Amino acid sequence: MSRRPSTGRTRQRGTLRDGFAVIGVAIRREPWIFTLSTLGSVLFGALTVADAWVLGWSTNHVVLPAFKDGDIRPVGLLSILALFVAVALLRAVGIVARRLGAGVMQYRMQAHYRRAVTRQYLRLPMAWHQQHPTGQLLSNANSDVEAAWAPIAPLPMAVGTVAMMVIAVGEMFWTDVPLALVGLLVFPLVIATNVVYQRIQSPLMTRAQALRAELSEVAHESFDGALVVKSLGREGEETDRFTVKAHRLRDVNIKAGRIRAAFDPVLEALPNIGVLAVLAAGVFRVERGLTDPGSVVTVAYLLTIVSFPIRSLGWLVGEFPRSVVGFDRVQAVLDTTGEMAYGDRSPERRAEGARLDVEDLAFGYSGGPLVLRNLTFSVRPGRTVALVGATASGKSTLTALLLRLVDPAQGRVLMDGTDVRDLAPGALAEHAALVPQAAFLFDDTVRGNVALGADVHDDAVWEALRTAQADGFVAALPAGLDTRLGERGATLSGGQRQRLSLARALVRRPRLLVMDDATSAVDPEVEARILAALRRTPDDVQSEATVLVVAYRKATISLADEVVYLRDGQVADQGTHAELLARSPGYADLVNAYEQELPEGGSHDAEVSVP
Amino acid sequence: MSISTRTGTSMDTGESMSALRTIARGIELSPELKDGFRGTMVFAVLSTLGRIVVPVSVQQTLDRGINAPGGPNFGYMGLVAAVAGISVLVTALASYQMTYRLFSSAERGLATLRTKAFRHVHDLPLLTQNTERRGALVSRVTSDVDQVSQFLIFGGIISIVSIGQILVATVLMAVYSWQLTIVVWVCFLPLFASLRYFQRRLSAAYGVVRQQVGVMLSAVSEPVVGAATVRSYGIERRTQDRIDTAIDRYQAASTRAQGLTAFSFSLGGVSAGLANAGVLIFGVLLGVDGDITAGRVLAFAFLVTLFVGPVQIGTQVLTDAQNAIAGWRRVIGILDTPADVVDPGANGVRLPDQPVTIEFAGVGFAYPDGPPVLHDVDLVVAPNTRVAVVGETGSGKTTLAKLLTRLMDPTSGSVSLDGVDLREVPFDSLRDRVVLVPQEGFLFDSTLRANALYGRLDATDEQILVAVDQLGLGDWLETLPRGLDTRVGQRGESLSAGERQLVALLRAHLADPDLLVLDEATSAVDPALEMRIARALERLTKGRTSVTIAHRMSTAENADDVVVVDKGRIVQRGPHAALVAEGGVYGRMHASWVAQQGAA
Repeated sequence: MSRRPSTGRTRQRGTLRDGFAVIGVAIRREPWIFTLSTLGSVLFGALTVADAWVLGWSTNHVVLPAFKDGDIRPVGLLSILALFVAVALLRAVGIVARRLGAGVMQYRMQAHYRRAVTRQYLRLPMAWHQQHPTGQLLSNANSDVEAAWAPIAPLPMAVGTVAMMVIAVGEMFWTDVPLALVGLLVFPLVIATNVVYQRIQSPLMTRAQALRAELSEVAHESFDGALVVKSLGREGEETDRFTVKAHRLRDVNIKAGRIRAAFDPVLEALPNIGVLAVLAAGVFRVERGLTDPGSVVTVAYLLTIVSFPIRSLGWLVGEFPRSVVGFDRVQAVLDTTGEMAYGDRSPERRAEGARLDVEDLAFGYSGGPLVLRNLTFSVRPGRTVALVGATASGKSTLTALLLRLVDPAQGRVLMDGTDVRDLAPGALAEHAALVPQAAFLFDDTVRGNVALGADVHDDAVWEALRTAQADGFVAALPAGLDTRLGERGATLSGGQRQRLSLARALVRRPRLLVMDDATSAVDPEVEARILAALRRTPDDVQSEATVLVVAYRKATISLADEVVYLRDGQVADQGTHAELLARSPGYADLVNAYEQELPEGGSHDAEVSVP
Repeated sequence: MSISTRTGTSMDTGESMSALRTIARGIELSPELKDGFRGTMVFAVLSTLGRIVVPVSVQQTLDRGINAPGGPNFGYMGLVAAVAGISVLVTALASYQMTYRLFSSAERGLATLRTKAFRHVHDLPLLTQNTERRGALVSRVTSDVDQVSQFLIFGGIISIVSIGQILVATVLMAVYSWQLTIVVWVCFLPLFASLRYFQRRLSAAYGVVRQQVGVMLSAVSEPVVGAATVRSYGIERRTQDRIDTAIDRYQAASTRAQGLTAFSFSLGGVSAGLANAGVLIFGVLLGVDGDITAGRVLAFAFLVTLFVGPVQIGTQVLTDAQNAIAGWRRVIGILDTPADVVDPGANGVRLPDQPVTIEFAGVGFAYPDGPPVLHDVDLVVAPNTRVAVVGETGSGKTTLAKLLTRLMDPTSGSVSLDGVDLREVPFDSLRDRVVLVPQEGFLFDSTLRANALYGRLDATDEQILVAVDQLGLGDWLETLPRGLDTRVGQRGESLSAGERQLVALLRAHLADPDLLVLDEATSAVDPALEMRIARALERLTKGRTSVTIAHRMSTAENADDVVVVDKGRIVQRGPHAALVAEGGVYGRMHASWVAQQGAA
């Protein structure tokens, strides 16, 4: 079964079969639209032939008699008008049905698959997301889906062509077998030429596609690093780098153009040569009385109608390689299983903060070494706890486990005594909120970004913004809460984004608030105000949330009731800041490092290097 | 906070440019498009004529060869066959030449356009001021240009051949009967007249499609880029609803545009039907008066097909042209957006090779259509001084750095180095003497060496290693398994944020500027690395004038001089200790910092 396609031939046949299989998926999914557009295409083909028939009928029944007798019958003239216009209108209907049908089918398939892929993205666990690069997932949902269904556009035309070919070839044989055989010699020639063309052209196309990707990478990187480029005055070197790629692409395109320029005229000339051959053979047969001139005309005419659209089959088949690759990549996402299992418990919302117990937790990323192990600690309701540890000590991973973005390899996380894995979907989010390190903004208004669909009054939004020290700049935005943010909206600084992300968490009044270094891009002074505001909880007891904050700055740590000091994925110590300073030398080094004077020499290195 | 974020001036979208104006400007920007155009036209005419000769001779063979009155006329047949055969050959050769020449000039012209646009993008303030628009800029130099090339080549070939064929067919028709030619043209006039209308509608419809694509792509990216946020807030449902809406809207817009395209394309066929009927009807009417024979009318009916085909195909090309011209417009839009900051070039005054004195005289700045960010700033910094600029977010301290490195020009007043106004300094001289180290150490996806060389292109490995040593980074370099050959990954992401910062400092050190402008990093890094960075910074700034946008009190404490910016004005200036004693804004900042420390 898993025979490796060793030659170009088998690979091509494989692609052909797989390509038709992909198309089969689309036809089964949208049978009616496919039927409609194919009928439109067949109608178009039939009426193209009908045009010739109308011309013949008019000649025999109206034009020739009129010239012969000098007698013009208005009925005859009106019939000509009616017939031609009717055929033209029907053909227009055929065109609209074919083109619109093909378009609708293509767009619908794209929409089906985009919906399915994004649903899958939402369903699959965070662990899966962490294993797949963002760029790849985005291209699965965008360019792969597009590539998969690209062959639908020429599909009805191709099916219509096949139908027309069958009819025309049948009629040719019906008319005169030897002439039909002569004419049919053109078909294999056209097909063979197409195959040779594809084979020479496709490596160039692949190369051009790769160069386009490289060109785009250079541009992306260069624009991303614009500040560096500009501040070092390297625009010239960057342009050279881009020009090299642009010229390579240009040369490959010109080479491909030369091949196309050579093949196009051949493909166009072949039918003409076929017609000439039919005529020559026809004259020979007419001379011997084997056939009549009318049959020669018919066969020659049918040949001209059919041979051009053969190329539409080439367009269809030409889309197959990309389509098959795109489809396989999308299907791989859709076939992935392993969504998180949820329980059915939805605890009542209580007034006070949540109690948190972490028991013997262990976690490692997909087969890698354990990032966290034997991790145990508890947080009482309403307490503020700082998580402190060197880079890569497992702090961010721990926050992900607390919010059940990932599940532990061992041990458990309990919120108010319930294992978070036993909670119903969405139940945890009602009680807990995470403010991540990198704030993510949706392509939505400020209000939408803060409320995220929760039913909250504008006053509550403003209050959350105020606590997050974001009310000032939001008020200054052109449309206030209605200002659009995100990719196509107003641009915010890193600190502003972090503050909005914090307001988003606060507006839900979580009983457990987890902040993963969520104020790193905020000025220390603003950060101090935020922390003070968080602490100075409003009068109602309800908002006495339990807070876990991943902290680097001493100021942040100082606001915590106690500190959990992580080292190498384990709790090295837990207690108040003062206690830890006194008894944990590693901890003291860690938190003091920031505030040290700038020393000359490396005497400190030995002390602070991670044990 | 960081230098790279703030809404900047808009980019010229060129939406207002007419199609003809776009093409004219496009050709002006890519002169290669005109190369050998006359020759291409000659081949185009040849191949067009060839296309007509074959069907005409087939028709002649049928009419006068096989159906000849007295039996098949073999002599005439042979002649026609020979003529047709030669025509096929000549057409093929001419068509090869035409296609190849079009490919070659279009690709060469567009490579030039791409390169020019790329170079110009680096001069746009937009690039450094609005990070989120960078994707759009990339697509302008990549896919937009590709679209133009597709159109220029295939649209070019088809429209040249089609127009040629329409003209030739008209001439041939007129030879047979001028009256019937008029009939044909009259039947097609409504189509030609409606084209403009359809072009407008199509252009609007595809405009909506483009816009909806943008909305959809951004909605589809949310479950991927915001995966953690979506999960931690349990908003899968809402996210999916937003995606579905965007997908539906895109689908509706595409379907509408496709429907319009299909409808406008089908009109050509209706005109053709009318023309066929008209030719026969008027032919009969004319024939009765003895103006035309039956044979001529029938021959004419065949000629009409030569006219109809290219009209249909030409309509199609015009439709496709909409997208291509829109793409062309967008690329030209970039090139026609003036660079805010202009290089005086050879006419400028080069900076002397020595430590510089900085002078801000009455400097004011406002973003276009924005409120003033800086007012009346006067500041002199003596050579070899380390200055820390402090102030709250939005105080204008970052703007000072941008003006000092001439990423922007002041709206009033002047910034000068050693008495020379920055606007008079050629870019190469300025970039040679003044270097900015941005907040995020951006690295290119290459080796450590290549990234270091970015600071000084001709540096040898020895020179790099000396620089590494001077910054005290020798032991750090030893921890990297492949030393200078270490690949840093995309955006340098194989290294930690702190290590990227180190490479950025190394790069700046190799560039050896007289004035260093540093935007201090705020993201937390490992304490050990933090120490290294601090030490490297200390050594890097030694013997130079440096201005640091400070985010840490320790940086201000260590500076020779502190400049405090508040609400766009310099409110305090002096060494740390003096400012603390003075109180004011700095006194408050310091007090709150001390309070935090004490609390710890």
